[in-house]
Amino acid sequence: MTAAAVLGNRSPLLLAGVGRLPTLAEHLRLHGPLPQVADLKQLLLDAELRGRGGAGFPTARKLTAAASGRGRPVVVANGAEGEPLGKKDRALLRVAPHLVLDGAALLARELGAREVVIGLTRVVPELESAIRERSVREDRALFSVQRVPAGFVAGEETALVRALGGGPAKPTTKPPYPFERGLRGRPTLVQNVETLAHVALVARHGPRAGATTLVTLAGAVAQPGVHEVPLGITVADLLAGCGGVTADVAGMLVGGYFGGFAAPATARSLVVTPQTVGAGVLVVLPSSTCAARECTRVVAYLARESAGQCGPCAHGLPALARSVAACDFGEAARIASLVDGRGACRHPDGAARFVRSALEVFGEELALHARGRGCGRRDEGVLST
Amino acid sequence: MTRPRTTLRVDPIACDGHGLCAELFPERVALDDWGYPLIDPTPIPPSLEAHAREAVSECPKCALRLVSGPGGAS
Repeated sequence: MTAAAVLGNRSPLLLAGVGRLPTLAEHLRLHGPLPQVADLKQLLLDAELRGRGGAGFPTARKLTAAASGRGRPVVVANGAEGEPLGKKDRALLRVAPHLVLDGAALLARELGAREVVIGLTRVVPELESAIRERSVREDRALFSVQRVPAGFVAGEETALVRALGGGPAKPTTKPPYPFERGLRGRPTLVQNVETLAHVALVARHGPRAGATTLVTLAGAVAQPGVHEVPLGITVADLLAGCGGVTADVAGMLVGGYFGGFAAPATARSLVVTPQTVGAGVLVVLPSSTCAARECTRVVAYLARESAGQCGPCAHGLPALARSVAACDFGEAARIASLVDGRGACRHPDGAARFVRSALEVFGEELALHARGRGCGRRDEGVLST
Repeated sequence: MTRPRTTLRVDPIACDGHGLCAELFPERVALDDWGYPLIDPTPIPPSLEAHAREAVSECPKCALRLVSGPGGAS
């Protein structure tokens, strides 16, 4: 299983259940009962809770928006986790399914919603058991789990809602946003499963609680996998608290393939917040691997994962991938700028960011490839897809 | 004096790159490498509005619309 990092004197909260059975009895023993919350919106405002799905959007604002919609709202728990290297959502659902269900139930109650749909790409037996353990009188009737097709963009809000409604896992044009009109035309509050777990912690412990976040470490690190870390620490402290790096570092990928590269010193000084780390994937790229080949693989993957609905993305990302593969980095920069912001979702923006940041951080090495000289390193497959 | 800022917006899912918009309204619409519209966000003055409306109404996929927002001093 995954390791929970204990940093300073703070014990992990989300991952408090690591090593124990994820049963309701254990959950109540660890976290105590779920209290009634008088003003959930205010509590979430005071907690300044932000989403953990990548955008870091303020949870209270989304809740307010969904509450103002027309029709009975629906809550959607997003466990689709599209990042190939991302493991935190699945880990959380396996270790603390009841925290996620508690948070969803609280939001549902606040909205007067009668349904919580949990969207997943793979079955999580611990979650199914947890739902069965809830009493019908309390909230079992609220929950349903639905599998949706896996894919990089499948976890995008509108894509998830579309898939849950029986359509393809592809984004839709915004507006309307899900909070206005989502699943079956209802105001839909979509929240990442980790965000829901934080709602449950804040409800129990107050606005200061749950100032932690889950990150997935990968690459040249001593302890790859999922770690719970305090918000506001630097990446340097995060890595130090998780056993450090295992090789000379060429750069770090912050925020997964939807994020961007940073040079080692810049990356180390980054402060961990939902907005800076996105969906929490942090990859340490060692100097020993060929950055050009690593990036070529990722950009080709991003091109394949286009929903294919918008011309600039459907045509532009494969062109971007071809130019990166051909080491024509001037052309790659041009195409990145051309496709940025021109899709119905942020997929082309992410691809542009990934490529631009690679050009900046690995400029020297890439220049060797562009001149036809190569860098002499092999592709170690760190950035796997 | 403030004037509403009128701009052209495309729905990228509906758009199929037919390119009529660029022909009818070249003052604000160019085409990218693959024939999809690059729309200049500069507000459309009243003198060009007729061309903008024609682009909107001729789009085979109904992918364009004119949006008005509050403006700054003109």
